[in-house]
Amino acid sequence: MSSVAQKKSFGATLWDWLTTVDHKKIGILYFLGGGFFFVIGGIEAMLIRWQLHKPDNDFVSAGLYNDLITMHGTTMIFLAAMPLLFGFMNAIVPLQIGARDVAFPFLNSLGFWMFFFGGLFLNISWFIGEVPDAGWTSYASLSLASQGHGIDFYAIGLQIAGGGTLMAGINFLVTIINMRAPGMTYMRMPLFTWTTFVASAMILFAFPPLTIGLFLLTFDRMFGGNFFNHEMGGNTIIWEHIFWIFGHPEVYILILPAFGIFSEIFSIFSRKRLFGYPSMVFATVLIGFLGFMVWAHHMFTVGLGPTANAIFAVATMAIAVPTGVKIFNWLLTIWGGSITVTTPMLYALGFIPSFVMGGVTGVMQGAAPLDYQLHDSYFIVAHFHYVIVGGVVLAILAATHLYWPKMFGTMLNEALGKVTFWFFFIGFHMTFLIQHWLGFWGMPRRVWKFMPNQGWDMANLISTIGAFFMAIGVIVLVYNVIITSIKNVKVANDPWGDGRTLEWAIESPPLYYNFAQTPLVRGLDSVWIEKMEGNASGLTPAEPVKDIHMPNGSIIPLLMSLGLFIAGFGAMFRTETEWGLGVLIFGLVFTFIAMAARSLQDDTGYYIKKEEILRDLKRKGGQN
Amino acid sequence: MADIQVYKRTPAEQSLAQRRAKQSMRGQVMMFSLMIFLTLISFSMVVAHEQGVAGFSKYFIVPILMLFAAVQVGLQLYYFMHMSEKGHGIPQMFMFTGALLGFLIPLTFATIVWW
Repeated sequence: MSSVAQKKSFGATLWDWLTTVDHKKIGILYFLGGGFFFVIGGIEAMLIRWQLHKPDNDFVSAGLYNDLITMHGTTMIFLAAMPLLFGFMNAIVPLQIGARDVAFPFLNSLGFWMFFFGGLFLNISWFIGEVPDAGWTSYASLSLASQGHGIDFYAIGLQIAGGGTLMAGINFLVTIINMRAPGMTYMRMPLFTWTTFVASAMILFAFPPLTIGLFLLTFDRMFGGNFFNHEMGGNTIIWEHIFWIFGHPEVYILILPAFGIFSEIFSIFSRKRLFGYPSMVFATVLIGFLGFMVWAHHMFTVGLGPTANAIFAVATMAIAVPTGVKIFNWLLTIWGGSITVTTPMLYALGFIPSFVMGGVTGVMQGAAPLDYQLHDSYFIVAHFHYVIVGGVVLAILAATHLYWPKMFGTMLNEALGKVTFWFFFIGFHMTFLIQHWLGFWGMPRRVWKFMPNQGWDMANLISTIGAFFMAIGVIVLVYNVIITSIKNVKVANDPWGDGRTLEWAIESPPLYYNFAQTPLVRGLDSVWIEKMEGNASGLTPAEPVKDIHMPNGSIIPLLMSLGLFIAGFGAMFRTETEWGLGVLIFGLVFTFIAMAARSLQDDTGYYIKKEEILRDLKRKGGQN
Repeated sequence: MADIQVYKRTPAEQSLAQRRAKQSMRGQVMMFSLMIFLTLISFSMVVAHEQGVAGFSKYFIVPILMLFAAVQVGLQLYYFMHMSEKGHGIPQMFMFTGALLGFLIPLTFATIVWW
């Protein structure tokens, strides 16, 4: 092994990516996988908006419309937003804490492949023509009544992808607890690391309920269970509870890393230490904790009774407090700073008003009596798109520009980045702002078409035009990525010039062992402190140059996930075909054999020799 | 492979480690006897209830059994799984968070779904 670039055949390169356990490469795989599903989910969104651009449109059928809204929601949450965030976490968090990899590199790879095969499984439903059609929440009475294999695809696909997410979450927890560089105490961790930590803890507690819920749904649909079938003594409301016990923390799992990304951006481009860092940490933890106490606010109209509704309404509104703390801290970070409005900063500045609007409508719905009015109307659609697009997607786009040099070694074009921002930002507000009023005017959610002259025609047209603006923004971004990759102009360690945390003190992209010597951390914003004290490299080593232990790559994670993927088809067709049961057993046995192979093989990794590290250091002029 | 570093304890460290091990062993044996004793009481209470001994009604022994069970879980965690020792703050935090959620969610279900 050598870090010097060698010419490799296509097959060798492909094998390298399929077997990689390097957190930077897995980060890129997550990014590409998530980006792919983001485009698919985006196309589904465009089809939805085109169907609704005029009254009584016959562009898609009612059934196909249900497929589209279900797959749009499911794809965007599970297969686009989560993996894209995991991509940035993988690529950046180990660097921010001064580690050489995550705690369990093998598990990291397994997490990615399970996400990938789960997503693939879900989307194969389009080719079979039986697509999930009960909404992304898949409420049990509806999903049990759904014909064909659509919901089976949902249950099994999400089960596989969800397993991968749970592994990734545990991996980040262990990494952040155990692998911080010397001197990096909890209260010196960059905020992106902190939010990743809290989001991972939430994954740890929120995904097992999803796993259970999906298993119960799988049993009900494929194995003759009756957990949610009220005719047989089941309870359909239980699904709603289980889903939202997972589902509400899930949206905070998405938004917390987004908060972390924006905290980094505000701090870097205001050239200031993050205002109120301890309160930011506290607010993050508090949001994470309260996120588990509010799930029933999605179910106010179910009929839980006034006491339950009141308790959950109060708990919901309490979350506005730590979120408000964060908003003010960001504003005060910018205040008096030396601001440069780069593309990431532009996204961050656009994020604050957008997210506040989404948050305020959230508090409105948190008031149970008002929620009875707003329930199932377009107001809800507007609200959650404001928090998820205005929060999470803006953060993902901002991080794409901010971390592109660290992940790929080149800079995205700033001018094109700003074009993307303006198209996306204007399009976003154009699409969703008007939907609040559509809700007030009585337009219900999840309707396939509407009749003319109810006062909704113009508003829906405006909304659709906005969606096209967003699409143009994304297309410009894709173009930006392509020309940047073709030009391939390599950049230095800290292309933004004001990097504060450890990832900006090493090469872009970093060598495969990240740090030649583990750095010593002397405070929050470690690199900034070192630079202010005259250490141009930004790093103080905590150890002499010595051999580095590294894990070996492995194809086994891919094979394990493939086995589950195959078993999924078996489970689905078990009752109606002869081969179903055989395929189910074959897939599971395949996975178990792969697991046994992993357990029995004694893979202790390898060492990078000191000489090679010294050679790399010399090539870089003696700097880290 | 890099050389494996072998660290040799000084006599003082060795004696300290031995003393600690001894203390820990003493604690474990004591707790083990206590747990056996608690188990004995639990079983005798149930037997007394079965035999119809006066005063051992169901409403008396069920809460007591629950209490003993909780104490046993605590002893198990703190003495046999070493949670009382240093450096277990993070696992404790996660376990207590999990236990809290594991308590609150069934409580909610009991009050608003099943009642």
